[in-house]
Amino acid sequence: MNDTPMVEADRVSKSFGSNQVLRSISLTVKRGEVMCLVGPSGSGKSTFLRCINHLESVDAGRLRVDGALVGYRERGDKLHELKPQEAALQRRDIGMVFQRFNLFPHMTALENIIEAPLRVKRMSRAKAIERATDLLAQVGLDDKAASYPAHLSGGQQQRVAIARALAMDPKLMLFDEPTSALDPELVGEVLDVMKQLAKEGMTMIVVTHEMGFAREVADSLVFMDGGVVVESGVPREVLANPQHGRTQSFLSKVL
Amino acid sequence: MNPESLSGPAAGATPSPDATHSSSEGAAIKSVKLRHPIRNVFAVIIVLLAVAFVYDAALRPAFNWPQVAKYVFDRRISEAAFNTLQLTVYSMVIAVLLGILLAVMRLSPNPVFKSLSWFYLWVFRGTPVYVQLTFWGLLSVIYPVIDFGLPFVDPFISLPTGDALNVFQLAIIGLALNEAAYIAEIVRAGILSVDRGQDEAATALGMSWFQSMARVIIPQSMRVIIPPVGNEVISMLKTTSLVTAVPYSFDLFTRSRDISAEAFTPIPLFLVASIWYLAFTSILMIGQYFLEKRFARGIGAAQPEKKVTVATGLVTVVGSPSDDASEPPRDPRGDGTR
Ligand SMILES: Nc1ncnc2c1ncn2[C@@H]1O[C@H](COP(=O)(O)OP(=O)(O)OP(=O)(O)O)[C@@H](O)[C@H]1O
Ligand SMILES: [Mg+2]
Repeated sequence: MNDTPMVEADRVSKSFGSNQVLRSISLTVKRGEVMCLVGPSGSGKSTFLRCINHLESVDAGRLRVDGALVGYRERGDKLHELKPQEAALQRRDIGMVFQRFNLFPHMTALENIIEAPLRVKRMSRAKAIERATDLLAQVGLDDKAASYPAHLSGGQQQRVAIARALAMDPKLMLFDEPTSALDPELVGEVLDVMKQLAKEGMTMIVVTHEMGFAREVADSLVFMDGGVVVESGVPREVLANPQHGRTQSFLSKVL
Repeated sequence: MNPESLSGPAAGATPSPDATHSSSEGAAIKSVKLRHPIRNVFAVIIVLLAVAFVYDAALRPAFNWPQVAKYVFDRRISEAAFNTLQLTVYSMVIAVLLGILLAVMRLSPNPVFKSLSWFYLWVFRGTPVYVQLTFWGLLSVIYPVIDFGLPFVDPFISLPTGDALNVFQLAIIGLALNEAAYIAEIVRAGILSVDRGQDEAATALGMSWFQSMARVIIPQSMRVIIPPVGNEVISMLKTTSLVTAVPYSFDLFTRSRDISAEAFTPIPLFLVASIWYLAFTSILMIGQYFLEKRFARGIGAAQPEKKVTVATGLVTVVGSPSDDASEPPRDPRGDGTR
């Protein structure tokens, strides 16, 4: 059993200009772990997720995914920036699900799912379609393969987006507020897919305001505010008995 | 003619809606359709004026219709029309490919490509197309031979420029390189109109910058790009009349002018040329309609009532402002002139 942590952040910092968004974040996500990341708006949750798959680069500290430094190569005591192709190679093992789905509107659900396997993994078309069909069934949308995103409800779109990310067989899934843009009655169907995924042992980092999901599914809960990790621990304990004043006041608003 | 006298009967001519049928389920709305008396009056006036103009034009000797009929399918004219069509199609194809390349270079993260593209646009938009065409015509004077080889070494191949490129090809190069600068701006606006989340999603899936452009961004920007490019094609059809600057003299306009000079009948020949230009424009508009439909796939499909009939589609395709707020400016030259 490989016990390298899936994600290891060691004093990670990130600024946009003079605005320091992440301040010395240290945390570890083990294999198969589901971590929920919560915190007020602007606390840097999205930025942290985007650093993990190198959509943003970190300024200081070390960020490792599955033992490999994100976006850099370590040679001696110097860091060398990765070539775009190498960065892309790292990213394809990390699935990402966005708040606003970001499905490709000019492609059907099936085409959305097979696009990256075809182009990035150079999978054969027949194999990609077979896999996509399985994934659509897994998220409960076998009958929507030929639908364009505009014809799908928000919940269905988000489930296609999850299937699209899974088609690359990622070892880590990042969810950035996957249910925040959904009508309340559609939240459940997306959370169910995510629960199933967690049950199957996927490593997941989930930014969410769904505290029920955090309590029920997550192995750990991290509360961020102002770019720092204020508090972390077992979800049930943090939610029931927050130690820090900022956690208490945040939770009192969302619970 | 006194249009006033016609307004009375015209207003009354609106068919009154027959809204008497009702159904048992729910109360059917039996409204009296809104009438547009002023609109009808104007329509009648305009139709009458048009009829009067056509009637007058048909009899006016200056138009010399028998002469028009004689020349419209004249071999020399139809040949020239075909040349004009070729100039348009070839230069436009090159311009679109080069324009996409320039736009992508301009938006690429590579500063060398960026500056190169910027410089190209600066030169080719900053000078009149007529001047550029003249320059291409003088190419063989400025650069008498084209050498293929390495610097400071005798060239492997040495071609006289005049032999390598004829005036037709020079005309196409001249038109295409100028047009590419405008296409580049249209494409760039189209690319920028695509939501940033799309590129992010593609990148997160491990797609390269180029794959994301080619597979995700550019196909989506087509919806925004095609209407103004359609305008450019139609504009190009007419810009070809400037190739006389090269000098290439076998295009529709120059040929018509030459024939009219020897036949001493300028007006009928310009009518002949106009008929051909209009015919081509109409065909291009139909092509544009089908292209637009093709690239609207999946977008705006949520509104099922968006089934445009061919007739209304034709009227609205070119340059009609759509209700999409993210639309880039339709006139990339920014000055409203051609
Ligand atoms: N590309 C960027 N350029 C400049 N500033 C940015 C950029 N992205 C994010 N920021 C800033 O970083 C801060 C943190 O943003 P981030 O999106 O990570 O917060 P968040 O915790 O995800 O908030 P939310 O709950 O609203 O999504 C904000 O102040 C934001 O303005
Ligand atoms: Mg966010």
